[in-house]
Amino acid sequence: MSRTSHWIIRRLGHLDGVLLTLVLVLLGISLAAVASASGQSPARISGHLVNIGLALGVMVVMANVPPHLLSRVGPSLYVAGMVLLIGVALFGEIRNGSRRWINLGVMAFQPSELLKLALPLMLAWYFQHNETVLRAKHYLIAGALLLVPFVLILRQPDLGTALMIGASGFYLLFFAGLPWKVIFGGGILGAASLPVVWGMLHEYQQRRVLTLLDPSSDPLGAGYHIIQSTIAIGSGGFFGKGWMQGTQNQLDFIPERTTDFIFAVIGEEFGYLGTILLVGLYLAIVVRGLMIAARAPTLFGRLMAATLSLNLFTYVFVNMGMVSGILPVVGVPLPLMSYGGTALVTLLLGMGILMSVATHRQLNKT
Amino acid sequence: MRIHAPLKDLDHELARFQGRLKAGAAFVVLLATALLGRVFYLQVMQHEHYIERAENNRISLVPTSPHRGLILDRNGRILAENYSAYTLEITRAETDDLDATLAEIGALIEIMPGQLRRFRRLLSESHEFETVPLKSRLSDEEVAILAANRYRLPGVEVKARLFRNYQAGPGMAHVVGFVGRINDHDLKRLRAENREQNYKGSVHIGKTGLEQSYESLLHGRTGYDQMETDSSGRAVRVLSRVPPVPGKDLRLHLDLDLQAVAETAFGDYLGGLVAIDPNTGGVLALVSKPGFDPNLFVDGIDPESWKALNESPERPMVNRVLRGIYPPGSTIKPFMALAGLEMGVRKASDSIVDPGYFSLPNSRHQFRDWKREGHGVVDLRRSISQSCDTYYYKLAVDLGVDRMHDYLTRFGLGEQTGIDLNGESTGLLPSREWKQRRWKQPWYPGETVIAGIGQGYHLTTPLQLAQATAMLANGGKRIEPRLVQAVREPLGHDWQPLPGVVREQVAITPAHLGLVREGMMDVMRPGGTAARSAAGAPYAIAGKTGTAQVVGIKQGARYDASRLAREHRDHALFIAYAPAENPTIALAVMVENGGSGSGTAAPIARAVFDYYLTGKRPAGMDLEASDVAD
Repeated sequence: MSRTSHWIIRRLGHLDGVLLTLVLVLLGISLAAVASASGQSPARISGHLVNIGLALGVMVVMANVPPHLLSRVGPSLYVAGMVLLIGVALFGEIRNGSRRWINLGVMAFQPSELLKLALPLMLAWYFQHNETVLRAKHYLIAGALLLVPFVLILRQPDLGTALMIGASGFYLLFFAGLPWKVIFGGGILGAASLPVVWGMLHEYQQRRVLTLLDPSSDPLGAGYHIIQSTIAIGSGGFFGKGWMQGTQNQLDFIPERTTDFIFAVIGEEFGYLGTILLVGLYLAIVVRGLMIAARAPTLFGRLMAATLSLNLFTYVFVNMGMVSGILPVVGVPLPLMSYGGTALVTLLLGMGILMSVATHRQLNKT
Repeated sequence: MRIHAPLKDLDHELARFQGRLKAGAAFVVLLATALLGRVFYLQVMQHEHYIERAENNRISLVPTSPHRGLILDRNGRILAENYSAYTLEITRAETDDLDATLAEIGALIEIMPGQLRRFRRLLSESHEFETVPLKSRLSDEEVAILAANRYRLPGVEVKARLFRNYQAGPGMAHVVGFVGRINDHDLKRLRAENREQNYKGSVHIGKTGLEQSYESLLHGRTGYDQMETDSSGRAVRVLSRVPPVPGKDLRLHLDLDLQAVAETAFGDYLGGLVAIDPNTGGVLALVSKPGFDPNLFVDGIDPESWKALNESPERPMVNRVLRGIYPPGSTIKPFMALAGLEMGVRKASDSIVDPGYFSLPNSRHQFRDWKREGHGVVDLRRSISQSCDTYYYKLAVDLGVDRMHDYLTRFGLGEQTGIDLNGESTGLLPSREWKQRRWKQPWYPGETVIAGIGQGYHLTTPLQLAQATAMLANGGKRIEPRLVQAVREPLGHDWQPLPGVVREQVAITPAHLGLVREGMMDVMRPGGTAARSAAGAPYAIAGKTGTAQVVGIKQGARYDASRLAREHRDHALFIAYAPAENPTIALAVMVENGGSGSGTAAPIARAVFDYYLTGKRPAGMDLEASDVAD
């Protein structure tokens, strides 16, 4: 008995109290929002609870995996992801006009999801591996490791995921010390090539951007989502309409409101106060994550912690920007808020890695 | 190229990483600020705008149409009422394939070819998103069959709707009129009059008759249910309700039995009759034969019936009392006589010797009297009772066309009477000025001569003649004819009488009026032109016969009704009021191709007087005892 409990306490000892508290508060808000958005559907709420339990379990497990062990799976995970991506490009299933899915017999699977974690792990491992001899060529190789999956996913086509994965890779390069002049040079070059990129975009992608600029141009089509979610948020006012009291939410005007558009529900029912609280909680996670990064003993730990933190907020920004109408509609869930098991597990897996970095202080051998 | 020293300069490495962390933190703060700024804009600055849009999203107004007012005769018998029925309606835009849908419906329930043709016509007149009725008055069985097959028939709906029913028959069609479906033309007018809002949810609108002229009273006010609806438009709950205000009921002066008596009295003849209470202006009967079935129009008329009505040579859609214009013929003579007396051109004692014709000075043209050999010595009173043409040829010349015009105008001839029905004709009372304006020609003296006996340019409607006759009966009170006596809010409210409108009180010297009235009584007395029609009446009648020429009679030729085809015979006219001493009813009758006023028109008037004054029904007419509704 005591051995088991000791073992459990030791496992739990690898959790970071601050992060855990923040995550639990956010999950509590999520539960309330999903309950309201689903019209208190018991199936949705219990499903969400199962997802939360599962994801928290994954987080605890990950927190107990020492970073040096984790870094070792980086290359194999990356290679597996790339093989699947190439497989998709060759044999993938086409759904809604893009080739994103691969059929693994028992289930359909999007390899791009795997890359979201595999790419930072791979790059962090790579920099850690070459820590003592870092040169320009290492940055170039890292850039290539980033670019190949980016282009493959872009060609599926899945612009949203490609950009999110590209961003995580870029953050890692940035924290690994990519020189400012390369960053700015690349930025200027990128801006200059925007018209070319626009021409390369698929029509539906162009339309999404145009719809964003003027949602009323397509009020019943793509613009409908943005119009209805901005109405929901705007009508919430400073204090909100109250939990379960949002008319846009309860009367079914907000599309996808338990998943991608859940921020519209929160904005409508909890108002600007709720928005400030929400953004504040996310910022607190980022600050905690950056603190963990600052104190991490290894380069791998530093890079992973910093990248995961920035990545989380990027998702927050892209989702809330989309729902409030300043970014195009891309299928990105709101971290720790949206209903959906895969995203939640992936996120808490990341939180687990952060905790692992925070609690495994001894230097690792590489 | 070396990016930096490859030494294990850990401090330097860490310092640079710390810098990158700060830059990352700054980046995140920037993003957070952008988000909070955007949401601040939406939730705080634009809150008013978005709360309004959310309300608009959520709240929809569902109109509830009011019950249309009833139309009752003076005894409370129903002329127009509502009934609720199920109709089969189709929205073209929601059907997959209209023809297939129609075929499928045809396999389920019986659809008449006429209904299908009517449906096609309505379809061609309406927008794609409008619902168009295919069949109304569905039986319970048909409703059940359609309900069971609804899932297979997108765009097909069974709706409970209020319909209008006219049970008083074709004889009342010209009075009551009918409602029909609101069309583009109606919508445009409603929009122009800013009444469109009140017709949200209404299907029908008054098209003719009282249904049209009293539309604003009959329709009532549309109510609204303020509903909370979800994004698919389903009503979730009622937030507030403004109930519809039902239309007002109308009660007429008209007596359905009197109307039936008049109609029956016409026999096979066509024509028009209008009887007015000279004291109130109330229209007691208004007959225009033939009538038509107004119920045909309620759901939209099928093309065959429309063609039949429209192309019939009998022109059943024309209200002869309002819109039929005829030369007044000899019925003008009492008014001419009054003009002569009032203008000082004739005195009671003045008489002429009638040789059977009249000639203008320096002219050999003879204007002939209807009595070839002439009437001998004729004074004013005899000129009326004998209908002496020669007397009025001369009187017209002495008065001149302009004085005739000015005086007769005061009796409403050549003007609309102001009856509470739309579409009344003006008729025409000629003058020098009119001829110059209309024909750019001077007035010829010969035209004055024939104007004296109501021929030439002069045209009147039977309604104008009745109004003018009522003025003889009531002493010069020009009162507007009114069909509606009173209105009431439905459900137990009291009737509110509508006051009559006296347009003008024409001052007539009593002695002059008395003389003319005596002349008109002589018409009905032995020796008068219509004496036969007054025989045995327990009350005195004052009247005047007339004929309106259909074909011109050549100089020197004779009119012989028996030798003319019926449609070329003259229209018979008769004006009268009774009881002569204290009149309570005044009327004008026009019998198309009736020949002479005394022969066909006067007997009809007698039948109407008999029933109105004594309750006697014409022989062969079995009306069940009046079943009075209130």
